[in-house]
Amino acid sequence: MSVDTILRPAPLTTREVSFQELDNDINRPLESFPTFRWWIAISITSGMATLFLVGIYYTVFYGIGTWGNNNPVGWGFAIVNFVFWIGIGHAGTLISAILFLLRQAWRTAIARFAEAMTIFAVICALQFPLFHTGRPWLAAFWLLPLPNHNDIWVNFRSPLLWDVFAVSTYGLVSFMFWYTGLVPDFATIRDRAKHPIRKMAYGILSLGWTGSHRAWQHYEKAYLLFAGFATPLVLSVHSVVSFDFAVSVIPGWHTTIFPPYFVAGAIFSGFGMVATLIIIMRKMFKLEYLVTDDHLELMNKVIITTSMMVGFAYITELFIAWYSGVAYERYAFMNRAVGPYAWAYWTMFSCNVIFPQLLWFKKIRRSALLMYPIIILINVGMWFERFVIVVSSLHRDYLPSSWDYFTPTIIDWFLFIGSFGIFLTLMLLFCRFLPTISIAEAKAFSPGAQPSGAHHE
Amino acid sequence: MSNEKKLVGMVGLYDTPDELAGAAVKVRDAKYQKWDCHTPYPLHGLDDAMGLKPSPIPYITLSAGFVGISAALLLQGWMSAVDYPVRIGGKPMWSWPAFVPITFELFVLFSCVTIMGCVVLFCKLGKWHSPLHDSDIMKEVTSTRFAVVLDSEDSNFTEEKAQKLLEETGCKDIRPLHQIVDVEGGLI
Repeated sequence: MSVDTILRPAPLTTREVSFQELDNDINRPLESFPTFRWWIAISITSGMATLFLVGIYYTVFYGIGTWGNNNPVGWGFAIVNFVFWIGIGHAGTLISAILFLLRQAWRTAIARFAEAMTIFAVICALQFPLFHTGRPWLAAFWLLPLPNHNDIWVNFRSPLLWDVFAVSTYGLVSFMFWYTGLVPDFATIRDRAKHPIRKMAYGILSLGWTGSHRAWQHYEKAYLLFAGFATPLVLSVHSVVSFDFAVSVIPGWHTTIFPPYFVAGAIFSGFGMVATLIIIMRKMFKLEYLVTDDHLELMNKVIITTSMMVGFAYITELFIAWYSGVAYERYAFMNRAVGPYAWAYWTMFSCNVIFPQLLWFKKIRRSALLMYPIIILINVGMWFERFVIVVSSLHRDYLPSSWDYFTPTIIDWFLFIGSFGIFLTLMLLFCRFLPTISIAEAKAFSPGAQPSGAHHE
Repeated sequence: MSNEKKLVGMVGLYDTPDELAGAAVKVRDAKYQKWDCHTPYPLHGLDDAMGLKPSPIPYITLSAGFVGISAALLLQGWMSAVDYPVRIGGKPMWSWPAFVPITFELFVLFSCVTIMGCVVLFCKLGKWHSPLHDSDIMKEVTSTRFAVVLDSEDSNFTEEKAQKLLEETGCKDIRPLHQIVDVEGGLI
């Protein structure tokens, strides 16, 4: 098989679609009253989100002693969940920006959805370090370089501070990138609106977009630049997250493989989550002709590639631990594989490296039903990866007298399940209020949409 | 109170991108200055057909990026080495490698905020009302059709000349664009 057939560009749609049809189909969920199953879904997810509020109330009232964190394991669920959500958040901008720079037209099918996912995942991620500070109302003074009564500044040499800048920049840039993409679509919705309030709401959001080519010219340049900045930004943010671990002196964390390993893992888990949600979305809104089996197959190819990158990193870590000859390093990895948390390590290993190998089969790659169990396992596996990194490295540190076993409390579970509630509730609202696929882009990539004389970029 | 309609432009609507691209060339060659094309999605090659200059956004963004880099280095250097020096990890006071990640992030942040500002400024966003917004033409150009709008402010513009030019481009749907003005001269 040649490179051309592997990387063959997938058509955006399975059949010829008119502009009017695209407008109608993409906007249908926005313009119709939500279905019964949508109300059921949002009741469940907002119920889950309520657990988050309960957990936060309890945490703020009694302090973070209510969490399972103990003396060697100072970073329990909070940091596991933080890194998990940030990782999920990386696929969105990555899919959108990198595939845009590579001129992959099929990105249109998943980009908007993935960008929304990014923003909601970053919102979830930020909660955890914020409440982990214990007194979040003072956190601004600890996290940002603000003048305070001690006249001392934040420590710019600490990776934890780099993280503050990286994640907040990432959140803001992702939002601006997403919003810029939405502006022309808001104008389309505004001009389709029948109800005056609806027309006004989308009209305000559209910022008065008129589809003027003098505007499109600047808009396209700006969008390209956003993509150009977002691409290294994605890579830098997860590298900085990995520095939180790699710059410390804990065996199992202090390794140079962490930045690329974390970035690969983030892409892997992000694609896993996009696939998990978009398969449901395309089924519910009958958009199978826009998010096609070809697109799922391409996503699965990215998933299996990054799966093997992650697997390669796991094995490299083991090898280097042995090859380094450092007793603590060797122990940390032996302890991961056969120690008290071996169950978590092997869950991670099988979900992330072994089961995704089934995606070698074309039949599985192209079937939403057959790939679904695999991508669910990937979501599970990538959460366990962060659990293994955080907990198994910390629970047995240098002094055996301080070893301990980390067990999450009910509050930890409330916050974890609650963060899924927040994320899924926001996704459900997104599907009802914003176009899940970029209307303008879908039109621009339709056959015959560009003047015949113009070169196609 | 009585209102009257004031002609502010002529609009030609087209069904295909090829027709629009052809029309844009003709209008450009007729030496129009104040005119525009409106399309539901960006059309390739229309920049040249309309004779537009390249967008200055990349240069503005790059300048903002350098401001971001300078601001980040000054901020970190001054806070860590001058205002309240603290020695951490045996590093020198001016430990620039440790300042690289935040410098990069601020480079991106300043650039991207500037891009967003440029989008609002250059695309003339934040203007929610105009005769075009209030006309039925808007519904067409954000959905399926393509329009050339000739502005009456242009020195070449008269109703007849504009009508004739649009007919020459092969346009079959030509509509006048009106603004409603009350007799005291105030706009509605």
